[in-house]
Amino acid sequence: MTYIEFLDVYGGRLIDGTIVTIYQFFLATFVAVAAALAFGLMRLSQNLMLRAVAVAYIEFFRGTSLLVQLFWIFFVLPLFGITLDKFTAGFLAVGLNMGAYGAELVRGAVLAVPKGQWEAALALNMAPHNRMRRIILPQAFVIMLPPWGNLIIEILKGTALVALIAVADLMFEVRQINITTFLSAESFGTAIVIYYVIARFFVTPGMRGLERLMNRRIGKA
Amino acid sequence: MTENLESYPLSLEGDGIPMVRFQNVTKRYGALVVLNQLDLDVSAGEMVTIIGPSGSGKTTVLRMLMTLETIDDGVIYVEGEPLTHMERNGGLVPANSSHLRRIRSKIGMCFQHFNLFPHMTALGNCMEGPVQVLGLPRKEAEERSLELLDMVGMIDKRDQHPSRLSGGQQQRVAIARALAMRPKVMLFDEVTSALDPEVISEVTGVIKHLVDTHNLTMLMVTHQMGFAKEISDRVCFFFDGAIEEQGTPTKLFENPERERTQQFLNAVLHAN
Amino acid sequence: MEWRWDWVWDLAPRFVDATGKTLIAAGGGYTIAIILGLVFVLAQRTPLLPVTLVVREFVELIRSTPLLLQIFFVYYVGPQFGLTLSPWTAGLIAIGVHYGAYLSEVYRGGIESVPKGQWEAAKAINLPIVTTYRRIVIPQALPPAVAGMGNYLVGIFKDTPMLSVIGVAELMHTATAVGAESYRYLEPYTMVGAIFLAVSLPSAFAINVFERWVRRTLGMTK
Ligand SMILES: Nc1ncnc2c1ncn2[C@@H]1O[C@H](COP(=O)(O)OP(=O)(O)O)[C@@H](O)[C@H]1O
Ligand SMILES: [Mg+2]
Repeated sequence: MTYIEFLDVYGGRLIDGTIVTIYQFFLATFVAVAAALAFGLMRLSQNLMLRAVAVAYIEFFRGTSLLVQLFWIFFVLPLFGITLDKFTAGFLAVGLNMGAYGAELVRGAVLAVPKGQWEAALALNMAPHNRMRRIILPQAFVIMLPPWGNLIIEILKGTALVALIAVADLMFEVRQINITTFLSAESFGTAIVIYYVIARFFVTPGMRGLERLMNRRIGKA
Repeated sequence: MTENLESYPLSLEGDGIPMVRFQNVTKRYGALVVLNQLDLDVSAGEMVTIIGPSGSGKTTVLRMLMTLETIDDGVIYVEGEPLTHMERNGGLVPANSSHLRRIRSKIGMCFQHFNLFPHMTALGNCMEGPVQVLGLPRKEAEERSLELLDMVGMIDKRDQHPSRLSGGQQQRVAIARALAMRPKVMLFDEVTSALDPEVISEVTGVIKHLVDTHNLTMLMVTHQMGFAKEISDRVCFFFDGAIEEQGTPTKLFENPERERTQQFLNAVLHAN
Repeated sequence: MEWRWDWVWDLAPRFVDATGKTLIAAGGGYTIAIILGLVFVLAQRTPLLPVTLVVREFVELIRSTPLLLQIFFVYYVGPQFGLTLSPWTAGLIAIGVHYGAYLSEVYRGGIESVPKGQWEAAKAINLPIVTTYRRIVIPQALPPAVAGMGNYLVGIFKDTPMLSVIGVAELMHTATAVGAESYRYLEPYTMVGAIFLAVSLPSAFAINVFERWVRRTLGMTK
């Protein structure tokens, strides 16, 4: 079977898988960003309880493996009466895992905003939540965008694990194709190229564009 | 790339060949001509000081001689042998790395910011070259280094890392490190510019001692006009990538001929 | 669903054994990664532009595609061309190359943090290039790289469960096998999670301490 024939026969499934991967990627990113913001800010809170919850979340998800978390959410949570379908369990696990790393980025970025900015906001007598929302977060956002670029690639890569709970993403499809055809180089090789193209030519330039846009917004470039 | 290589001698012959010769040397950064067809000879044992406004190309002269920069035209000779080029089939071709290494071993340099190796002690810094490059036994390298550290007054601090030393102390170690390689030519690039005023004399004192006791050839860039006047055999005033005027310290500092030299000296002397 | 301690104790020997294998896999993969990372970073610093570009792009490719996929690729593509690799070999190669790419970036950051003046001082005392790397650049590039290297050591440890997919009998593989035998997943998967926490949290702390120690030992703290 030539490679062209391979694509002809299995192209449809590769595309279907890629679409599922992209869905998983967007949903997981959404979960990760939300969790990162929530827990990252909680981690900085004055309230001991909130801080403890955030530390527990961050250390737990960073301290264990994504695969372990995924299996736990999918296989063990139902035993406690929380049953998620595999699609939801997939992006939720990836998002929560990456969100823990993101929370540290949020924390670091907020702390990296120069002290003078906090003081200036205080001098204007801004309420704490306003100070955070109007002064600190916009600047922190710009500071943490570059490391988020890397994290978002990790999210994309992380979604491949959902294949192991039978979500029919790109990883899942090529594995199935490999089982039936033994055309390993073609199937896995094509998938590598697809992930690479998404990461290198869509995600990374997208993040760079966002960085430029935000820098301009904030008057830095 | 030097043009008309055939117009340069393969080596300098005869009595009194200079220790260092810049012949028609040009350096550019893109469109910016930093040095324009420089000709400069330094005799063996001579102390030549380079002064001039910032950006006039002083550092570049030293860096080219240390082979930290390539040159765009001309040839540099050291002890009559080309440095930037080498003989191949009766003509000059650009030097390869082993030729550069061989000629470079005659030259030592001290930097404005010392550039000591931070992970090695003062003694370790001095021994690094003798052990790794000259292949001396550790014992011998250590003796040589201790002697030099003693000379620069740093023997007490031999086991300290650079981060524990003041700027003046670091610079003295850096001088010892360069001397440990037994160079014939020493280059000093504004070695006191990064120092607090009260420690400058520590370093100038060491250089003065070198001039008095060693027959080293030295090229020094400095803004210390008094020091330059005191120890130089010759002073070159650089302006805009060329030697505007040169002569004995007395002549250059007391009777400068060129207007730019006068202006520069006036500005510097009034600033002090 | 009730947690059964008695069963946990019965399973303990198998999990201890699997933890050992997990640590071996992580250690082996990391050793490969440390060396490959150096190869990748030095290859990017050669004067040969094509080599630099190809290696650069290869590192990018490895870093931006899933490790899981790379593990499958290494394990299954060999036999297609008559080269059969054991799960352990294929797994260690895949994880070693993957983390080698990451470590090369860490090294690169370390090397680029060495001031230009250090290279120049090395040249001024005529140190050959290899000696310059060995004696001057790498010792200074290492302390800033230690934190990153440590993070990836923990990272490689946490990624070893992916090797279970090609049958490496590490922790995840064992837990899944136990679950399949007994139809109970609560204890095995929870134990895996607990073991990972028990190893990676102290490791992260130890790496922090180690990093400070390296800086102090090399006398580079101000
Ligand atoms: N790496 C470089 N790239 C571009 N321009 C440079 C570089 N190094 C030096 N220059 C320029 O060359 C000129 C001479 O520099 P330099 O020799 O350092 O001057 P000086 O030591 O007399 O102050 C300056 O205009 C400087 O900006
Ligand atoms: Mg200068």
